[in-house]
Amino acid sequence: MTSKLNLDPKVIDSARSSAKRIAESMQEFIDRHTTVSTERTILRLLGIDGVDDVDRPLPNVIVDAIKEAGGLPRGVAYWIGNAIVQTGKSPQDIAEAVGRGELDLTKLEQGSAEDAAKAVEPYVDESLGIIRAQTAKRNEYLATIGEGRRPYLYVIVATGNIYEDVIQAQAAARQGADIIAVIRTTAQSLLDYVPYGATTEGFGGTYATQENFRIMRKALDEVGEEVGRYIRLCNYSSGLCMAEIAAMGALERLDVMLNDALYGILFRDINMQRTIVDQYFSRVIIGYCGIIFNSGEDNYLTTDDAVEAAHTVLASQLMNEQFAVLANIPEEQMGLGHAFEIDPETENGFLLELSQAQMAKEIFPNASLKYMPPTKFMTGNIFRGHIQDALFNLVAVWTGQSLQLLGMLTEALHTPHLHDRMLSIENAKYIFNNARDIGEEVEFKKDGMIQKRAQKVLKDAEELLAQIEKDGLFPTIEAGKFAAVKRPFNGGKGLDGVCKRDELYFNPFIGKMLGGAK
Amino acid sequence: MMSHQNTTATSQVDITRVKPYGDTLNDGMVQMSFTLPVPAGEEAAEAARILAKKMGLDEPSVVYQRDLGIGYSYFIVYGKCQHTVDYSSIKVTKVEGDVMDRLECEKFIEENIKRTVTMVGASTGTDAHTVGIDAIMNMKGFNGHFGLERYQGINAINMGSQVPNEELIARAIEEKADAILVSQTVTQKDVHIANLTNMVELCEAEGVRDKILLLCGGPRISHELAQELGFDAGFGTDSYAENVASYVLTELVERKRV
Repeated sequence: MTSKLNLDPKVIDSARSSAKRIAESMQEFIDRHTTVSTERTILRLLGIDGVDDVDRPLPNVIVDAIKEAGGLPRGVAYWIGNAIVQTGKSPQDIAEAVGRGELDLTKLEQGSAEDAAKAVEPYVDESLGIIRAQTAKRNEYLATIGEGRRPYLYVIVATGNIYEDVIQAQAAARQGADIIAVIRTTAQSLLDYVPYGATTEGFGGTYATQENFRIMRKALDEVGEEVGRYIRLCNYSSGLCMAEIAAMGALERLDVMLNDALYGILFRDINMQRTIVDQYFSRVIIGYCGIIFNSGEDNYLTTDDAVEAAHTVLASQLMNEQFAVLANIPEEQMGLGHAFEIDPETENGFLLELSQAQMAKEIFPNASLKYMPPTKFMTGNIFRGHIQDALFNLVAVWTGQSLQLLGMLTEALHTPHLHDRMLSIENAKYIFNNARDIGEEVEFKKDGMIQKRAQKVLKDAEELLAQIEKDGLFPTIEAGKFAAVKRPFNGGKGLDGVCKRDELYFNPFIGKMLGGAK
Repeated sequence: MMSHQNTTATSQVDITRVKPYGDTLNDGMVQMSFTLPVPAGEEAAEAARILAKKMGLDEPSVVYQRDLGIGYSYFIVYGKCQHTVDYSSIKVTKVEGDVMDRLECEKFIEENIKRTVTMVGASTGTDAHTVGIDAIMNMKGFNGHFGLERYQGINAINMGSQVPNEELIARAIEEKADAILVSQTVTQKDVHIANLTNMVELCEAEGVRDKILLLCGGPRISHELAQELGFDAGFGTDSYAENVASYVLTELVERKRV
């Protein structure tokens, strides 16, 4: 692709190389640690589900018991594998026995790690088989009923009640939506467990539970068959249960998941050590099962200035890309985020937005870029808001964005009403159709405002990445370089769930998933 | 000769009987849109028209309808409002006092308070949104209005989002704060009411309610609501750091807490 922005490939390479080295240095940290939620993910993937008599999820019951006994550094795969060897029971039966207080995994006779690994292997393979069947089902749908054109129309539902969400989601699909995201109830990201079962009470969103995933998946498959278009389902692999929810998403065939450690650190005050370790396993799962992950750079611009901080978005996208490479995620599954958040009073603000979006497309040509709508300067003047959303849609079709999270004219007022979503879809469809090939037709003036802006943002991002490489990512976050938010290395939520692995530790899924196990 | 009597008469607003204006005084013209849970069609349009009439609109006109895909329909409706309001009798509880700009606030501190004023703020409870508290407290502020961090003489501590009420109060005590600022953005199912009520109760339990000014703000907060819940003041949309600062500074002097 020839650059419309006249970007210097050497600068792009230099920035990307810095990002690569930053990600690799973080990987060394990741490979030495595990967390309670990473371990619970392994349990879920081994088929352990359900709750004990006081409604605690069994994965939590087991991990808490192992942690209490000091066995966490060895990892649950060893303890479950060893329990299979010693008792001859299945992981689920073992889990239920632990839940009833009848079994203490760390008190059993301790065999070798090799025997434990061999004992869990059939369950690992069974689980990977379920995930592969879900991926195959998605591919079958895409081959038979097909999908919408890009940019995909991406809308949210957020009623708090999964059954009400289904009604809203099916309506949105019939109106033309391609992706339905079920917004999570506020504060779920800070729960250190995943609630169980179908739920009907949430604030500003609906609990992410495996049963809720299943209910919505079924509803979207039904409406997809009816409208002749595969409808993608999105949820959040983020917060303290990042990896667990990725596993649930893989098992229940979610298609898109928000997944970004930096976001959790900056905006949810989750401890950086905890979430960077969790992110790795979640991305391995996401890469394996064909989910598109969405990173959260758009949020930087809600606290920082979209003109001044534009380069932090690009720098973070480059790092997110390299973290994804280490988790073996194909480029097409990289939903790197950015947003249309420049103050609408800015003269030529539209040109700056166009420049930024085109730049992202040129630097990540094969990624499934996720483009986020204006939120910060939505005021309650729904009429102007609808026009802001129109300009956002125009930039998206012009620059070839992939996942278009549709702006709502009632942003900042309330979670979308049924007709708000219809108006948004209508807005996007009108503009996408009316300007479909504008990107093919229009070039930018050499050394004009649009080219120069992109070149500057790229240059600034390159410099920032070089600095981060020198200082380290954790110290950079501590210094408040992203989103103007400072977070301490040993602060935030979830730190007590992090530990160093011991020499017998193993995670039976990572190798097989990275190898693309068939 | 032509008479001009009519034109002057219709341009005269009777503030004891105001009604909406479209393009002619007292035409009562209102536009609205809503969804009904019935399939689109003539019956649906008639239902929308009857409903508009029940809302007090004369000559309701359904100018647009659209099926929403699940047997529900969306309408855009115009009509002429029959009701009037006596504007002259309206009383609204507002935060009293003049609003000083940043420089005036700084001068006010220098002259009348003569020490650093500390304010601790957070978006509390389950609320994960920092946009409101950031707009008031962060250096940068919002919409061209600098935040409290920028003010000389004010020590502004922004604790961020999802801060438990207990932690906010503990920090305020630790910092010997003059004011606590609570931001609430998520208001679905009135979650903010329960949280704000809890905040007041905790402040009373901690014995600081009479020592620290307690303020709240957010898109669904009014001064009246705030006072009803036991806060000193509430700030809705279009409030900036200077509104908050002016209130706090003048109250500190008024209550002789300087």
